[in-house]
Amino acid sequence: MSTPGGTAKKTNRIGLEVMQYRGGKTTLCAGCGHNAITERLVETFWEMGVQPWDVAKVSGIGCSSKTPAYFLGLSHGFNGVHGRAPAIATGALLANHNLIGVVVTGDGDTVSIGLGQFMHMLRRNVPLIYIIENNGVYGLTKGQFSATADVGSKLKTGVVNDMPPIDVCLAGVELGATFVARSFSGDKRQLQAILKAALSHKGLSVIDVISPCTTFNDHEGSTKSYGYMRDHEEALHDIDFVPAYDDISVEYEEGTTREVEMHDGSRLLLRKLARDYDPTVRFAAIELLNRPQKPGEVLTGILYIDNDAPTLIDRLQLGDAPLGTLPVDKVRPSREALERVMEELR
Amino acid sequence: MSTYAARPGPGASGEATSHDHPARTSRIVNDFSIQVATVNGSGSQTANNVLMRSIFQMGVPVSGKNMFPSNIAGLPTWFTIRANEKGYIGRKKEVDFLVAMNPETAREDVVNLEPGAAVLFDAPLKLEELRSDLHWYAVPFDKLVAPVCPEAKLRKLVRNMIYPGILAHLLGIDFEQMRKALFKQFGPRKAKAAQLNWGAVLAGKEFAERNLPKTDPLCIEQRDRNQGKIIVDGNSAAALGCVFAGATVLTWYPITPSSSLAEAMIGYLNRLRIDPETGKATYAVVQAEDELAAVGMAIGAGWAGARAMTCTSGPGISLMSEFVGLAYYVEVPVVIIDIQRVGPSTGLPTRTAQGDILKNAVLSHGDTCHPVLFPSSPEECFEFAGLAFDLAEQFQTPVFVNSDLDLGMNNWMSDPFPYPDGPMRRGKVLSAADLDRLGGFARYKDVDGDGVGYRTLPGTKHPSAAWFARGSGHNERAQYSERQDDYVHNVDRLARKFQTMRSYVPKPELRTTPGASIGIINCGSSRYACEESSDQLLTERGLPVDVLRLRAYPFGPEIEAFVDSHERVYVVEQNRDGQLQLLMRMEFTPERIAKLRGVRHYSGLPIDARSVTDAIVKQEGL
Ligand SMILES: Cc1ncc(C[n+]2csc(CCOP(=O)(O)OP(=O)(O)O)c2C)c(N)n1
Ligand code: SF4
Ligand SMILES: [Mg+2]
Repeated sequence: MSTPGGTAKKTNRIGLEVMQYRGGKTTLCAGCGHNAITERLVETFWEMGVQPWDVAKVSGIGCSSKTPAYFLGLSHGFNGVHGRAPAIATGALLANHNLIGVVVTGDGDTVSIGLGQFMHMLRRNVPLIYIIENNGVYGLTKGQFSATADVGSKLKTGVVNDMPPIDVCLAGVELGATFVARSFSGDKRQLQAILKAALSHKGLSVIDVISPCTTFNDHEGSTKSYGYMRDHEEALHDIDFVPAYDDISVEYEEGTTREVEMHDGSRLLLRKLARDYDPTVRFAAIELLNRPQKPGEVLTGILYIDNDAPTLIDRLQLGDAPLGTLPVDKVRPSREALERVMEELR
Repeated sequence: MSTYAARPGPGASGEATSHDHPARTSRIVNDFSIQVATVNGSGSQTANNVLMRSIFQMGVPVSGKNMFPSNIAGLPTWFTIRANEKGYIGRKKEVDFLVAMNPETAREDVVNLEPGAAVLFDAPLKLEELRSDLHWYAVPFDKLVAPVCPEAKLRKLVRNMIYPGILAHLLGIDFEQMRKALFKQFGPRKAKAAQLNWGAVLAGKEFAERNLPKTDPLCIEQRDRNQGKIIVDGNSAAALGCVFAGATVLTWYPITPSSSLAEAMIGYLNRLRIDPETGKATYAVVQAEDELAAVGMAIGAGWAGARAMTCTSGPGISLMSEFVGLAYYVEVPVVIIDIQRVGPSTGLPTRTAQGDILKNAVLSHGDTCHPVLFPSSPEECFEFAGLAFDLAEQFQTPVFVNSDLDLGMNNWMSDPFPYPDGPMRRGKVLSAADLDRLGGFARYKDVDGDGVGYRTLPGTKHPSAAWFARGSGHNERAQYSERQDDYVHNVDRLARKFQTMRSYVPKPELRTTPGASIGIINCGSSRYACEESSDQLLTERGLPVDVLRLRAYPFGPEIEAFVDSHERVYVVEQNRDGQLQLLMRMEFTPERIAKLRGVRHYSGLPIDARSVTDAIVKQEGL
């Protein structure tokens, strides 16, 4: 939606410019995949017309976890402790379930030190967007292997990883995330479509984004490098996202595309590529992730969607107003109530 | 005053047999302790509570302490009931009346008794052969239970309701009060079970009337000291305090002895905090995956505006350490209630201690310091829970409430809790309207000179509301900074904030005795032993002693004034290393430090007056 007139800046549907979705200047290395993800977040939130002050950003510790300072400067953010973003974000949503929670973490943060919290967040289906900027190493501590490094992947020092990786998408599907996707920081179009879909999802979205670390893991022999991804990325489908507020009808040829309606009425158009994949079938996702068709292929796209599962907030039976700002008469029982309790204890 | 003064010592009159006692011993009214030794999981808790409540209803001050194993069923437990007309409700070291129901411990329990004590025991144990200087009451429990409880599998439980009947007869407890206590204990929904158990009480009573002539001097007489009082455990009291303080988020991980706080709170929340208009909950409770997550969620909730809390015990506190430092540095309110137990490690998980005083005061890495409240009674558990939320939000910081297993899990007499009618003090939170007026704000700027900045909550609908919370170095505007001056400026302000708290936390309570030049300093549940000890020191040794009970850290000026006005000060606490004393030493002058002496109790049993008195007498060289 552009404003007419030559000099006027382009604004979104709530009248904000893209600048207002940016944050501080990045301090990450040039070419770091994380910076590209930051860009996609800026564009997505702007294009979707999300009110920045409705968003709460949370992260752990790592290069990836620094990035919430670089987007949505008008949103509150919390850069917490290593691996514990799920707890902070869960707590923030308990206090105010009207917030749009966005968590950005790294593979070290989520899959090593924070694996326990990550799994329990999955199990609770905490309604937020959880992005793992996955580079297979600990960037901030200078390049040690993380638990997502593939078997055979080589560090610059020549050390070869011989431990099997933990797949966050598989964990996501198995343990209760209700939107699971994998993408690549270099795949602008796909990542943006996935982020938009996640924004219109009502439960927990887990998005694993392969995000090369140019400084420590972008060399020959690495399976998380730009080069490796160019050669091995295998998109499941082409994704078009049609937001609920855009009442557009999209034409497509019968049998070529799967349409999935999101909880808020938005639509996902998944155009078939090599496979005909239905992301609403849980076992299909589990099978897909367990049985790569080609050695070394990195499947990207939307792996799983469940629009119906109750979220943590649904289960808590909360009213519309955030708990955090309920007035005293809502949160302090009456004098008579205390007197009754005292009487029972007499 | 010793209860034993009126009793014959061992061999005092040559051959003392139990039948010699009645004639020579004057009655001891409303001043003795009963210890019931049973096996856990045998239902004795109900019997003990009925017994305690009956005495309470007769207007005699009473306390009950359960010493239980870290085990679900089958290991020894002891329950001590102390009745004391003067109102001493701390643990009494000496056992005056033993109810020996556990064959495994019976012999040792009997051997440890002071001469002249009374023993009610299961007849087949033949304990009377062990000593000749005790009063013996043999009861064939199995024979008595069979006719009142036809259902064999219930007998193990009902059997334990016989001894309250026998004790009521021997001690003169009013049966009508016992009946009321029993039916109250079971509640209207378990009326049938209550009837069955009442039958057991009566069976005990009838047996005692026919077969057990009273030989011991102990008895209960009606008084009127408990008007209006309630019986409650500290954890329920703290839970109620949180519910009435408007706590909205509880995140917790089970651990004895704090689980019963969370469970009581969930019960009260379900009952009292559903919005009657909408039927919706005005609270959220999450049982977390561990204490890191529990405190992390509470911190996230505190950041986003909730009155958020967690409760735990020592091992959980250790896990929370990193997160607590984050909350301190980012300045997020959160309340952490620590029901202290014996460490280190798993330690004695079902025994009491004041072992986390120092740790909580400085928890986490780097320069950190936190306010710690020390409740000493259910009333203070209730009051301080509420106060902790006010302090946490006013000072935007973690606040600890250090209760302990003795206070938290045992039943105490208490005055009813006063309704908190003050406002919820939510601290310096800027709304969108404030921001319109101000044009903006700097999160960590000390505008008011008290060290406390202004914050906004996520979700505040204003373009200048946002600030970035980060555990890394930051300047006044909450921007990332590694500059030395920013860092120093910020942590100096945090220190200033802590100084401000000194005059906001509860002041110590002073109990004076005319002419005292000796002082006792204590905190929390050590109170009862210290107060009783000061009376013992005066009446038994002619030594007047003042008692200062600390109610919070950071300390106020009163503590130094107290040390200055006394020659020697005994710091009484329930840990080995003198943690409270160490905390004082951190800020005392060498002159003041030189006056401090330590009295430390760390056996896992609640501290008792006699131990305090003995330790002070020894150190005073009396
Ligand atoms: C408790 C704790 N342990 C260790 C560290 C050190 N540390 C900082 S970042 C990091 C790893 C970050 O890796 P990842 O999450 O993959 O982020 P990346 O830098 O690769 O984006 C580690 C181990 C820490 N900050 N805290
Ligand atoms: S070290 Fe790696 S992950 Fe960190 S900023 Fe540089 S390129 Fe990115
Ligand atoms: Mg990484």
